[in-house]
Amino acid sequence: MEHIDFSLVDWSRAQFALTAMYHWLFVPLTLGLSFIIAFMETLYFRTGNPEWKRMTKFWMSLFGVNFAIGVATGIILEFEFGTNWSNYSWFVGDIFGAPLAIEGIMAFFLESTFIAVMFFGWNKVSKKFHLVSTWLVAIGSNLSALWILVANAWMQYPTGMRFNPDTARNEMVNFWDVLFSPVAINKFLHTVLSAYILAAVFVVGVSAWFLLKNREHLFARKSIKVAAIFGLAASFLTIVTGDGSARNMAKYQPMKFAAMENLYVGQESAPLVAIGLLKEDQKEVNHKKQDFRFEIEIPSMLSYMAFLDLKAYVPGIKDLVHGNPERNILSFKEKSEKGKIAIQSLADFRNAKKAKNDSLAKNSLTKFEVNYPYFGYGYYAGRDEHELIPNIPLTFYSFRIMVGLGFHFIALFLVVLILTLKDKIEKKRFILYTALWTIPLAYIASELGWIVAEAGRQPWVIQDILPTIAAVSQIKPASVQITFWLFFILFTGLLIAEIKILTSQIKKGPAPESSEN
Amino acid sequence: MFETFSHILLQQYWWIIVSLLGAILVFLMFVQGGQTLIYTIGKTEDERTVLVNLLGRKWEFTFTTLVTFGGAFFASFPLFYSTSFGGAYWVWMLILIAFVVQAVSYEYRQKPNNFLGQRTYETLLFINGLLGTILIGTAVATFFTGSEFSVDKMNLTRITGSQMPVISEWKGLANGLEAAFNLQNLSLGLAVFFLARVLGLLYFMNRLRNAPMMERVRKQLLYNAIPFVVFFLTFVIWLMLSSGFAVDPATGIVSMETFKYFHNLIAMPVVAILLLLGVAMVLVGIIRPLTCFVKCGTKGIWLSGTGTILTVFSLFLLAGFNNTAYYPSTFDLQSSLTIQNSSSSHYTLTAMSYVSLMVPFVIAYIWYAWRSIDIKKIDIEEIKTESHVY
Repeated sequence: MEHIDFSLVDWSRAQFALTAMYHWLFVPLTLGLSFIIAFMETLYFRTGNPEWKRMTKFWMSLFGVNFAIGVATGIILEFEFGTNWSNYSWFVGDIFGAPLAIEGIMAFFLESTFIAVMFFGWNKVSKKFHLVSTWLVAIGSNLSALWILVANAWMQYPTGMRFNPDTARNEMVNFWDVLFSPVAINKFLHTVLSAYILAAVFVVGVSAWFLLKNREHLFARKSIKVAAIFGLAASFLTIVTGDGSARNMAKYQPMKFAAMENLYVGQESAPLVAIGLLKEDQKEVNHKKQDFRFEIEIPSMLSYMAFLDLKAYVPGIKDLVHGNPERNILSFKEKSEKGKIAIQSLADFRNAKKAKNDSLAKNSLTKFEVNYPYFGYGYYAGRDEHELIPNIPLTFYSFRIMVGLGFHFIALFLVVLILTLKDKIEKKRFILYTALWTIPLAYIASELGWIVAEAGRQPWVIQDILPTIAAVSQIKPASVQITFWLFFILFTGLLIAEIKILTSQIKKGPAPESSEN
Repeated sequence: MFETFSHILLQQYWWIIVSLLGAILVFLMFVQGGQTLIYTIGKTEDERTVLVNLLGRKWEFTFTTLVTFGGAFFASFPLFYSTSFGGAYWVWMLILIAFVVQAVSYEYRQKPNNFLGQRTYETLLFINGLLGTILIGTAVATFFTGSEFSVDKMNLTRITGSQMPVISEWKGLANGLEAAFNLQNLSLGLAVFFLARVLGLLYFMNRLRNAPMMERVRKQLLYNAIPFVVFFLTFVIWLMLSSGFAVDPATGIVSMETFKYFHNLIAMPVVAILLLLGVAMVLVGIIRPLTCFVKCGTKGIWLSGTGTILTVFSLFLLAGFNNTAYYPSTFDLQSSLTIQNSSSSHYTLTAMSYVSLMVPFVIAYIWYAWRSIDIKKIDIEEIKTESHVY
């Protein structure tokens, strides 16, 4: 009899995806805009030019509208680890809880305290204190990103921990390994940098709209300059960290890498498919195999991307599922057998301890420890191993669209910056329209990045150690369905409100100088 | 420093921190209480705007404290996070939704083109104040009255058979909502609700400069103080008379003990003093402005607020200290959570204890920033000159 309630697992996943994706609609703008505002206020502080203050206040008002809904959608995520992933909360809570608590103590209070000064302190505190507060809001919001991304990176690459069979959970043994794991650092940088790009695109796009409407020329040109420089710097660094992400993925999550590239059979000097269209392989539908309808390849590039070596061997989906003894790759079947032994040895160990049978406990423990790296695969014992393959088209296309849009943003920043510096931007209406319509594209690129990261690592909640099917809370699927739809309606309503308010605020434009003091 | 502490000492240290955060949270729920009084105290549009703006400068502290309370509980007692959140699903979900709607309501309330209309956002603030306080109070009451659940870590090894490999199972019929139908739980929930309103009124007194509104505030203070005292006393007396969940420190076995919480109070005289002092401070903070309004009327929030913190703090200590199961299961006593069996490892608690050293620094800058923007009392005219208004 099937012991996994897939309806429960799927709805729990859907709910988490829904809330995370909604949350991520608002976070990147907060992360990036907070710095852009801080730059502008710094320029005001240095030059005393009231135009900079006007700009600071205008972008700050948009920041406020966006920040509120980011907070609203964020609280759900923290508690969802408990409400919908209760097994997970116990199994790795000893490690995962710490960054969440530190995020609260270190970052959220910093943000919420100084945001009040930022909005209400204009005429009450000194200029310097106000500027410091604005910077602290930016630092606070980015610090909160650090901690939650450290937590996420740890799920992708669990390190600094040891499984304690007495408590039946993973326990932290090295905090610094968790904080400074290569995946964590790279993930943090890549994510916040991409957020800065989104914020820069937003500022450039909104400023372009003012120019299209023949309003606020000085304001718009200055805003474009600040944002385009910020966006360009962030873009180049995003390429560097993106490259790092790919290498981390190839090393620690080879299946995610193979799926993202749709590399079915592993090879040396593997080419990178720059552009490709997929079609389902009719003979092997059950195996989730995808063929290429057409593709444009860059020779050996994938090997280089993964291992900095043009000739390196990159394992494919088939090698990972069915094993490749020549390359020392175990098949999923072998791994799930080992995982099953690990899980059974854990049960034997605990029973032996209860019965005070020390020698059996010791033997079981040894067996458990040898097989623990495959623990999560044990939950797939006897199941179809193809369940362990993530959604290939979803990750394949998401990755390519994200990268393509990334290059589009760079080109846009370069063009608008040069045109603004040459004082020609107002006349280039096509460029201004492009800038405006790039705003939604930035959001799409940002969400796609998370789809690659999260859909690509399925079915793992903790890579190789805990799959989604063993991480959920045992509640009625109907309950999760109801909350899913509640959140859907609630968040969609709030999103509509946010967009309407934002567009009204933008149309209203920055406050006239006379009201500034 | 913390490395040398024993595991139990760290567990107690973290129970104290979690209790303190919970206590500060209840104090800060004056924001929620205030939100339920916007229409009672504010009779005109302008008056309501003043009240919303007074509360709006503080709502984020309450919200952040709630989030940090959750995070700290997760980091220090993950089994509670796993068992309670994953089991009492509906209670926590409703609490969360009540806070989601709060977060946008201040910022969006008066913005042009805000889709749902000002009245809706005000209603959402009311819902947050009503559900947030009552349900949190009810949920905390289950620390004393218990819930129906089982925890068995061996379930992790279920890879065959017909059951999911999930360690905790909720047996209560309504995934946590059943707690709200228990009168003892409900009495604490309502006590928290009326306390939040009382504190909200005291906050208004402290910050407002508007005679007609102040008169309404004073009248409401009496109307809300009475039910608060009634519900709070009902809960406390009931608690002192009821049996509790005792843990044998040697074996970890949980059993019922008559008058357990009364015994805890006797066994921990410091807690008893804190509780009595806290209750006295809350009451004095309420009574003073009622009796000598003009002379000593506006500082009540600090007295009652501090009293609230002491009272809630001591209630948490009663629930978790002196060999007591703080999250008891009435379905299976041995599944009950204690600070020992539900905590994080020695290493994690040590690391987190270092982080906790930042807390006084955090409180200091909150205090500094709070004071720097709250210099003057507020009336309608001040709000009209502000550049950022809720």
